[in-house]
Amino acid sequence: MASLRFEDQALLPIHEKVLAGRRLDAADGLTLFHSPDLLGVGYLANLVRERLHGRKAFYIYNQHLNYSNICVNGCKFCAFGKKAEEEGAYEMTLEEIFAKVEARRSEPITEIHIVGGCHPTLPFSFYLEMLRGIKARRPQVHLQAFTAVEVAHLAELHGASVEDALRALRDAGLGSLPGGGAEVFSTRVRQALCPQKLGPEGWLSVAQTAHRLGMNTNATMLYGHMESLEERVDHMLKLRAAQDQTGGFLSFIPLAFHPQNTAIDHLQGPSAFDDLKTLAVSRLLLDNFPHIKAFWIMLGPKMAQLSLCFGVDDVDGTVMEERITHMAGAQTPQGLTRAQLEGLIREAGCVPVERDTLYREVAEAAA
Amino acid sequence: MGRTASPAARLEPGVRLSLVEAQGLWDLDLLTLGHRADQVRCRLNPSDRVTYVVDRNINYTNICTSGCRFCAFFRSPGEPEGYVLDEEGLARKLAELKAHGGSGVLLQGGLNPDLPLAYYEDLVRQIKNAGLGVHGFSPPEIAFMGQRFGLPLKEVLARLMEAGLSSIPGGGAEILADRVRSQISPRKGSSARWLEVMAAAHELGLKTSATMMFGHLETRAERLEHLMKIRDLQDRTQGFTSFIPWTFQPGGTALGGEPLGAVEYLRTLAVSRLVLDNVPHLQVSWVTQGPKIAQVALKFGADDFGSTMLEENVVAATGVGFRLSREEIETLVRQAGYEPQVRDHRYSLL
Repeated sequence: MASLRFEDQALLPIHEKVLAGRRLDAADGLTLFHSPDLLGVGYLANLVRERLHGRKAFYIYNQHLNYSNICVNGCKFCAFGKKAEEEGAYEMTLEEIFAKVEARRSEPITEIHIVGGCHPTLPFSFYLEMLRGIKARRPQVHLQAFTAVEVAHLAELHGASVEDALRALRDAGLGSLPGGGAEVFSTRVRQALCPQKLGPEGWLSVAQTAHRLGMNTNATMLYGHMESLEERVDHMLKLRAAQDQTGGFLSFIPLAFHPQNTAIDHLQGPSAFDDLKTLAVSRLLLDNFPHIKAFWIMLGPKMAQLSLCFGVDDVDGTVMEERITHMAGAQTPQGLTRAQLEGLIREAGCVPVERDTLYREVAEAAA
Repeated sequence: MGRTASPAARLEPGVRLSLVEAQGLWDLDLLTLGHRADQVRCRLNPSDRVTYVVDRNINYTNICTSGCRFCAFFRSPGEPEGYVLDEEGLARKLAELKAHGGSGVLLQGGLNPDLPLAYYEDLVRQIKNAGLGVHGFSPPEIAFMGQRFGLPLKEVLARLMEAGLSSIPGGGAEILADRVRSQISPRKGSSARWLEVMAAAHELGLKTSATMMFGHLETRAERLEHLMKIRDLQDRTQGFTSFIPWTFQPGGTALGGEPLGAVEYLRTLAVSRLVLDNVPHLQVSWVTQGPKIAQVALKFGADDFGSTMLEENVVAATGVGFRLSREEIETLVRQAGYEPQVRDHRYSLL
């Protein structure tokens, strides 16, 4: 039966391991990436996905706030960050941020997702007031804010330890950290693309400090630029080791590189085969991560839907305004409605489940 | 032989699916369905080639009396945005195609009551004289000419062939189930008429493709009805080169609604490959699905990447605007582990 299923016989030993619930290693990860048997790899990832979640596919009703694109880092893969004096640079005032929150107050939003650049001058009090002000206006909403990179930057800028900065942010209303800024944990790639950015040890340390303070985080990987498959596997295994220690990661989110308007726009970005394999391999290697998310804003609704058959169990949210990927030329629509999201989940043979940030099911989905 | 206890049970190589067995395919999970379709693809097209054609679309007129509710391209006679392509306009388009190294033209237009038969013959002749193949006139256009000029179908076809017509595109099939046709395109002609034109063309030695536009009012059973009608005719004539299913794009149409997703597209593509065991090739629709899903479709039974088009007006009128160059098509094919190969409209390799 197994040989009927797999076109690539190299997948058979991995199939055995998956059935036995045994942990895969780096060599298995590379075998999966190199396999021409796209459907076979997807089948393996789905065994794990169904064991963990059955046919459930999660989504969230959230709001994105990108408070500023001013950033000191200048990463070459980014079309969003600008220097303060550069054309197109912006920063929202607290009043503008609160107005955006107020504008959608009637909607059943459970999470506000806040990410910006590493701003050179905004005072620490700005971030605390932002969190407090939003929380005062929407006390029930979970605030998922500031990548590990922003947190480390804030701590350094204001002479605080990461732990103290996180405590202060948590006390102001921070609920969890999104997983951005991890990029690829390869020194070679980071030297070339983002030498000024917080390194892998720093990134993992912020995430694990948050975990120890009782906050969950996500983890991302930006793929499809100049990194090798070995470097992708290594990235995933570093996350897996960190998760073994602190257990606070909720989801892994592979992010497809969008070349347009970046300093490395001569690169193509990943193919569909690469997208699906990366999602599937992450499901198989990251056996201690509860969720694998396909961020539909980056992949498009069609690929996000298809990924539900390749190990993914989460398609993110009903995002209505998102700037980072769209500045890199994403052709995807700005927002999907709940009906559209649920429709595409059902068409993929899954059962749509609205979740909150911590993956608790939202009982009454007020349509 | 051929009948298995469970329709969803193992597919024996080369064994024809009955209607009941085909219905059972919808119960399979997506990846199993894809895997089986890929096995049939490998049996029918064993090489790792993925073919495509360097051509251009030419829509000679958008004036059309058919008024189909799924169409955002047409204008009724008398509307200000109606157009008819003239000789100079055609010459410009042909020169552009020659510069791209194209081998032929996909020529289609509306059912325009103001054009004489000589207009069509001249169009074809001009393209042929430019050294290009003419893949032209879907069955509703041929049937319309027959009715308009009081000629039998074979006479229309013979005159167009004499002018240089080399093959016929499979458009206008929509769904070959008259319950659906009567609602979405009541003036376009029955499914029997579409099949009659194709049979006549095949008998005269013309090769044709066949399409299916799905994801509107039809049921999955009606998609199977469509496939069975194609399979039956193909058994008689062997004239179909390829099958091209694509999804209805609701933007700007009277029918409206939400477009089908990628998963149902891939399922239907795979079912098409499994049912149409006698049609050699299966084409992806990157125009409606975008490059990424089109690439994935190569693992769901497809072995052909369609065409470069240069311009595409009909789907673009719905607001769906994918564009691919020759280089992009080749890259997409190679990334999927296949070798791109240029063909002409009759599927001869170039």
